[in-house]
Amino acid sequence: MSENTENLKQLPLGDWHRSLGARMVPFAGYEMPVQYEGVMAEHIWTRTEAGLFDVSHMGQLNLNGDAAAEALETITPGNLSALRAGKIRYTLLLAQDGGILDDLMVTNTGRNLYLVVNGATKHDDIAYMQAQLPEQFILEHLEDAALLALQGPKAGEALAKLNIQPFEAGWPVPTDLHFMEAGPFLWNGIPLGISRSGYTGEDGFEISVPAEHAEKLASALIEMEEVRPIGLGARDSLRLEAGLPLYGHDMDAGVLPVEANLNFALSKVRREEGKFAGADRVLAQYPDKAETKRVGLFVDGRQPVREGATVVDDKGNAIGKVTSGGFSPTLQRPLAMAYVPMELSKTGTAITVQQRKKQIACTVADMPFVPHNYHRKPKI
Amino acid sequence: MSRYFTEEHEWVDVEGDTATIGITEYAQEQLGDIVFVETPEVGASLEQGDDAAVVESVKAASDVYAAVSGEVIEVNETLEEEPALVNSSAEEDGWFYRATLSDKDELSDLMDEKAYKAFVENL
Repeated sequence: MSENTENLKQLPLGDWHRSLGARMVPFAGYEMPVQYEGVMAEHIWTRTEAGLFDVSHMGQLNLNGDAAAEALETITPGNLSALRAGKIRYTLLLAQDGGILDDLMVTNTGRNLYLVVNGATKHDDIAYMQAQLPEQFILEHLEDAALLALQGPKAGEALAKLNIQPFEAGWPVPTDLHFMEAGPFLWNGIPLGISRSGYTGEDGFEISVPAEHAEKLASALIEMEEVRPIGLGARDSLRLEAGLPLYGHDMDAGVLPVEANLNFALSKVRREEGKFAGADRVLAQYPDKAETKRVGLFVDGRQPVREGATVVDDKGNAIGKVTSGGFSPTLQRPLAMAYVPMELSKTGTAITVQQRKKQIACTVADMPFVPHNYHRKPKI
Repeated sequence: MSRYFTEEHEWVDVEGDTATIGITEYAQEQLGDIVFVETPEVGASLEQGDDAAVVESVKAASDVYAAVSGEVIEVNETLEEEPALVNSSAEEDGWFYRATLSDKDELSDLMDEKAYKAFVENL
């Protein structure tokens, strides 16, 4: 986190975080809370109770226009035209050569598509989408909306206490949502867009709220005994345990989806028709014909390996790299994500990581490292 | 015994020709939950400013530089099993290593407790 501290933008809840004793750091061009009481405690709190995260740095966009899903499919490999109203899909924004420009969540609101993109890439994403999509599709950047994530096994219980109403009588309440479903709601007359989704591996919600009401909502949530504010530090260790990649670290424009181990984002219908940016290059690697692949690593001992450390062969030659690494508060051991040669990507394979002057033994592990605890719709 | 401090937030206790070195309360607070400490090897010869140790929090790794030159004669082996000792007792039980002092003049580059306190307050 060695970003320039000059010209940092403030998020709607900046002062609120400071008043709660948060340590603020530069992130994605904003001043953001990295921790309150401490990463370890906040991490464990989120896994056992409910944590409130301010993720207002992320880009919230509406894509308006008839057949917006079909248009967005030209630059993403997700089956968006089949997405029913109220459903969310994770997909990838692809460059013309198939490189990953961002990962994003797409919701069919019934009126338009609502997209949530990464904070550090949002302006580039907007420019790219505007350049690629025909001009009848209007991209609206919701800069006056904050985004809060309430995550953890008690998130549903906490949210239920707010007495949030359906946007129209007879529509569902937030706790009726299952994982990857979303809808519009009202809280004391304030419109909220709520998704049952998140970036921790836990059950939880992401709540889009008009910026001027964000503080009132955040305060109402942390007044509950099961909810505490959580910083970016724990957000990172939680997503690592959940095996969720972080854009700009675990994948970037130089990486194709198969290499990034994101085959699940290449939907069958879209693979068969093969009509999306970079499809030739992307599909040539499917399902396992890439030279390298992102995998999870269990790290022997207690010393974490970090982003930038090198994966080496038995002669010490570089054959891959660590893209995320840290200590898992849940498992009490270090974990990492790394790119390794495809032939070394099988679970259980021994891998050596060179960090500073030391060689550290690792083993390829299945992800998620810590099981997901989502509120999935029961299969009938 | 006198205690000295560096701008890199290490403390140095000097007793005769021996120095005990650790990181300060301020440093542990900034680092947060410490999950691993890589101490130097006993017998290693360190020049002032060399990488002496690595301290790992949940989130990041930080280098600890040799506050003074000398040979490492003992490391705090308790930290291997209990790295969080650096959080709970940074300036006592959470010491990192002991070294011989090869150049006592180096101590004049360091701060005393009062100067260090003022230094931290201005950060």
